[in-house]
Amino acid sequence: MIEPLATDEKVVFERTEVLTDHALHYCPGCTHGIAHRLIAEVIEEMDIQDRTIGVCPVGCSVLAYQYFDVDIQQAAHGRAPAVATGIRRVLPPDRYVFTYQGDGDLASIGMGEILHAANRGEKITVIFLNNAIYGMTGGQMAPTTLPGQKTTTSPFGRDTAQTGHPIRMCEMLNTLVEPVLIARGSLSSPKGINRAKKLIRQAFELQHQGFTFVELLSTCPTGWGITPTDAVKWLDRNMTPFFPLQVFREPGAMPDASHKYAPDLKVRDEA
Amino acid sequence: MAGQRLLMKGTEAIAEAAIRAGCHHFFGYPITPQTEIPEYMSVRLPPLGGTYLQAESEVAAINMLYGAGGAGVRVMTSSSSPGVALMSEGFSYLVGAEVPAVIVNIMRGGPGLGNIAPAQGDYLEMTRGFGHGDMHAIVLAPSTVQEAVDVMGLAFDLADEYRNPVVVIGDGLLGQMMEPVSFPDTEPKVFDKPWATTGKAKSRPRNITNSLYLDADQLEAHVRDLDVKFQRMDVEQRAECWMTDDHPEIVIVAYGTMARIAKTAIRQLRAKGLSVGLYRPITAWPFPSRALEPLVEPTRAFLTVEMSLGQLVQDIRAQVGRRRPVSFYGRAGGVVPTVEEIISQVELLHASLAAA
Repeated sequence: MIEPLATDEKVVFERTEVLTDHALHYCPGCTHGIAHRLIAEVIEEMDIQDRTIGVCPVGCSVLAYQYFDVDIQQAAHGRAPAVATGIRRVLPPDRYVFTYQGDGDLASIGMGEILHAANRGEKITVIFLNNAIYGMTGGQMAPTTLPGQKTTTSPFGRDTAQTGHPIRMCEMLNTLVEPVLIARGSLSSPKGINRAKKLIRQAFELQHQGFTFVELLSTCPTGWGITPTDAVKWLDRNMTPFFPLQVFREPGAMPDASHKYAPDLKVRDEA
Repeated sequence: MAGQRLLMKGTEAIAEAAIRAGCHHFFGYPITPQTEIPEYMSVRLPPLGGTYLQAESEVAAINMLYGAGGAGVRVMTSSSSPGVALMSEGFSYLVGAEVPAVIVNIMRGGPGLGNIAPAQGDYLEMTRGFGHGDMHAIVLAPSTVQEAVDVMGLAFDLADEYRNPVVVIGDGLLGQMMEPVSFPDTEPKVFDKPWATTGKAKSRPRNITNSLYLDADQLEAHVRDLDVKFQRMDVEQRAECWMTDDHPEIVIVAYGTMARIAKTAIRQLRAKGLSVGLYRPITAWPFPSRALEPLVEPTRAFLTVEMSLGQLVQDIRAQVGRRRPVSFYGRAGGVVPTVEEIISQVELLHASLAAA
């Protein structure tokens, strides 16, 4: 319990009530905690705590259900978008449903679920933490691991001839017609964090219009084997050039006229 | 339609019975021989304000059940053997997180892609928990289209009562045959679900749907709690004993469609003067041991007949032990044992008993 303030003191900052008092288990210098707080602050500011249902993944953020003070479901590895679909489709439309997923969860084992949830235009918000590595299992190669990046399962550096290039999820999802927001931010600087919060806010605000997706470039000093301060520099220097910080899709900004395509089905209908 | 008798295909009757049991949400993926269930749901559910959604895979479908069941609604999927196998991981999560849901498995020939013909080769897979970890689920095995209708309502009630998924198994014959059915007039039972993740009202703490317990002692406590629940499910044992009141010499053991074929064989055998009855599990799990036990002593020999190479027979042998001989006859790969084959098996068994 925090002591009451003396009368001449002014509150300039309070921790959001949408996070529980549970101590975070994340490593020093990891940006999961920042991402959690941004999401929780958005939920508080929009006053939707009582209407929000979260879905957390398998990976470093597997314990996220302990930290968000909202109704929440813990999903199987990669399946959060399917779980969120189940929730979204059966609860009243005023609810807000979000998933929180890492790169192994979303871009590897859960590729099918994320693509199809996006393609159906599920009215959910997906927050995608991309730190180019498997953190929870101890630093293995992820689908987003950079070319030449050393991990415990690419000890000589990621060999793109054998394992391909990193997958750019925003760009891939941007080929689909239904999503209403696809954007990539970075948690490597205060400026980036402020922008990330705006993107998360925008995603939640647009959620009832359709599928919204925010990727956040994140650090993993433990998995990368460098200090937290070096990690933010490493992110800026190595990740951002391949994963550009961009808003790929906004409402009314379809990439082409695909959404207007209406095939001639007369033959089938008349048959 | 209530009270009326309608001629319906097994798959469609199962779908209609689920809707009448208050299940307005269906997630599934097409696979023969059960695709009429999703097709029927795609017509019936949207006008009811429910959900029909064709998932991208069985893996996605079972996880949609997890989300929807966790949010507190009655929800189901249906599939067939290879598709159901893909749901095994999600099924374990349903059990671990105590999420009610109903899964219909219209079994086909395996292993692998096998074929689309009727089979009972998933008995052990379904009754031994069907998922990783210490777990169980009630498995209902109807034998007629009417019984399939009746067990669908029961399946949803049991799922909600125990907060555990329930499986309904049938074979392709049950799914494809047409029979007259009537639907119950009763309103579906409504269960209070204060645990559901519907949005945290200010008046309550948050609800969490979860099967993760990193601490070994905590997980053991959770698994023990679940185990107590599985043991409580023992009261749900159901079986049919048919023509056993006169203590027949031979009791045929069969379930699902196989039991119907066995009944025809028994009628013909009785007409020939042989003394034969039937023991038919309706709950494949919990195994209905209480109905079997009184039959063991008066029966001279058991014959288990299956559309598999011997799965249910393992449960029969486990209970009967060495008290009575338990023989087995089965066909696989979508081949269904015929009335004639059963009759010939019983006659052989009868002759060997007479010679003994």
